[in-house]
Amino acid sequence: MKKIAILGAGPAGIEAAAVLAANNCPVTLFEKEAQPLCNITDKAFLFPNFADAAEVAAAMRAKLDNPIITLRCNTEVAQLTPSYITGFQAENLTGTPVWKVNDELYDIVLLATGYTPFDARRKEELGYGIYPGVHTSLEMEKMIREGKIVNSLGESPKRIVFLQCVGSRDEKSGNHYCSKLCCVTAVKQAIEAKKQLPNCEVFVYYMDLRMWGQGFEEMYRTAQQEYGVNFIRGRISEAGGTFDGRVQIKAEDTLLGRPLKMTSDLLVLMVGMEASKGTRELATQCRICGEYGFAQTKDPHLHDCQSEAHGLFVAGACKRPMTLTDSINDGRSAAYEILTVGSINSTYEQ
Amino acid sequence: MANFGFKISTPRSIDLDNADRTLYEQMLEMVPSYRYCIGCGGCTATCSAGQFTDFNIRKTHFLFSRRQYDKLTTDMLPEVDLNKCMLCGKCSLVCPRGVNTRGLIVEMRKLLLN
Ligand code: SF4
Ligand code: SF4
Ligand code: SF4
Repeated sequence: MKKIAILGAGPAGIEAAAVLAANNCPVTLFEKEAQPLCNITDKAFLFPNFADAAEVAAAMRAKLDNPIITLRCNTEVAQLTPSYITGFQAENLTGTPVWKVNDELYDIVLLATGYTPFDARRKEELGYGIYPGVHTSLEMEKMIREGKIVNSLGESPKRIVFLQCVGSRDEKSGNHYCSKLCCVTAVKQAIEAKKQLPNCEVFVYYMDLRMWGQGFEEMYRTAQQEYGVNFIRGRISEAGGTFDGRVQIKAEDTLLGRPLKMTSDLLVLMVGMEASKGTRELATQCRICGEYGFAQTKDPHLHDCQSEAHGLFVAGACKRPMTLTDSINDGRSAAYEILTVGSINSTYEQ
Repeated sequence: MANFGFKISTPRSIDLDNADRTLYEQMLEMVPSYRYCIGCGGCTATCSAGQFTDFNIRKTHFLFSRRQYDKLTTDMLPEVDLNKCMLCGKCSLVCPRGVNTRGLIVEMRKLLLN
């Protein structure tokens, strides 16, 4: 039986582990954090159905309760290199390698090392880390989760402004791509904010609203219809602090063709998704590092869970921005590929 | 002919069938990044001239890309008066698409105002 390592205990890694274990394949799951699913457990509710994130995480966590799954938390994989069996040239990536994961050897590796949120400090003009009223969407999520949405003075805010596409679709950040889930996340958070603070005015500034998934457009409509969230088409180009700890923003209301200024207690920056440090480093070591540091798959249509390296598979947001639903499905697909293409029950011959 | 005090008003709609493409094409050659604009309005929001006047940089280059050259010349609407730009370049700094907006103004002035 081949040895399988899964790097990253996020939604894709866990789902793949569960499917492989259900097919009697023992797997070892490496996680650098102390707990799996950190990018789910830091959320309050999940779009599009406002499911409780903690409950969803618990249900996913339960899939790991299988004696043939070994979960190793607090274990960062710093080294992932193909180590070639005698008879194959060291440079021949199409040969049959065994993979060196830190100091152990594995026949099959699934890279599921995920994403990292864009560091909002890189958009200095938006004032994150400079003005106390400027927050990232992650900090907003934490306030929602704790039921304590407050301004910089610790008071209940009268106005909240969300800004889309921070670190995505932005030449200056070096990221041309769309992060896919910040649009719907802003709508979700706007609704949550209105639920908790019905008298607070909420604005969402957007360049395009990408409500592409099932239920997303309906959430957008609900935000307008039931919660009175205001949507303004224009990119906030600058934010500054006011003497009383609030934030003044500048944008153009492009639908009216007029510049616009407003002051808000909170400015929430919807930060995009970038390849995580682990994704960047490990993909580079195995020579499958693609654009923007995401892992490159063999073919976007036909072999999207395989890589060019034999025995190395890829799943989830280490490939591109992906929603939770898509990551779970992708983990499942990767497990199927491992079971079939990985010729898991045979020995080394191809 | 007797003057009855009527005149035929020019249609308000943008007529892309009879628009002259040449100037626009010329502009794309000189400022290739022009074609990447997604109309976010960041340039207008940050524009130095726009802080003190009603100058709207995004409208100037939108009118140009829709071949509404006369709006920028004979009509000389204050909103799109190219002379108001101070060429400070702040607009280019915030553009998410990396459009050379200041370059656009310089070239529009050359093509239209000289
Ligand atoms: S999902 Fe929306 S906010 Fe996020 S990058 Fe795409 S367009 Fe921008
Ligand atoms: S900032 Fe750039 S993309 Fe936005 S409207 Fe101006 S030129 Fe177009
Ligand atoms: S270069 Fe001209 S259009 Fe651009 S910000 Fe300066 S004044 Fe405004």
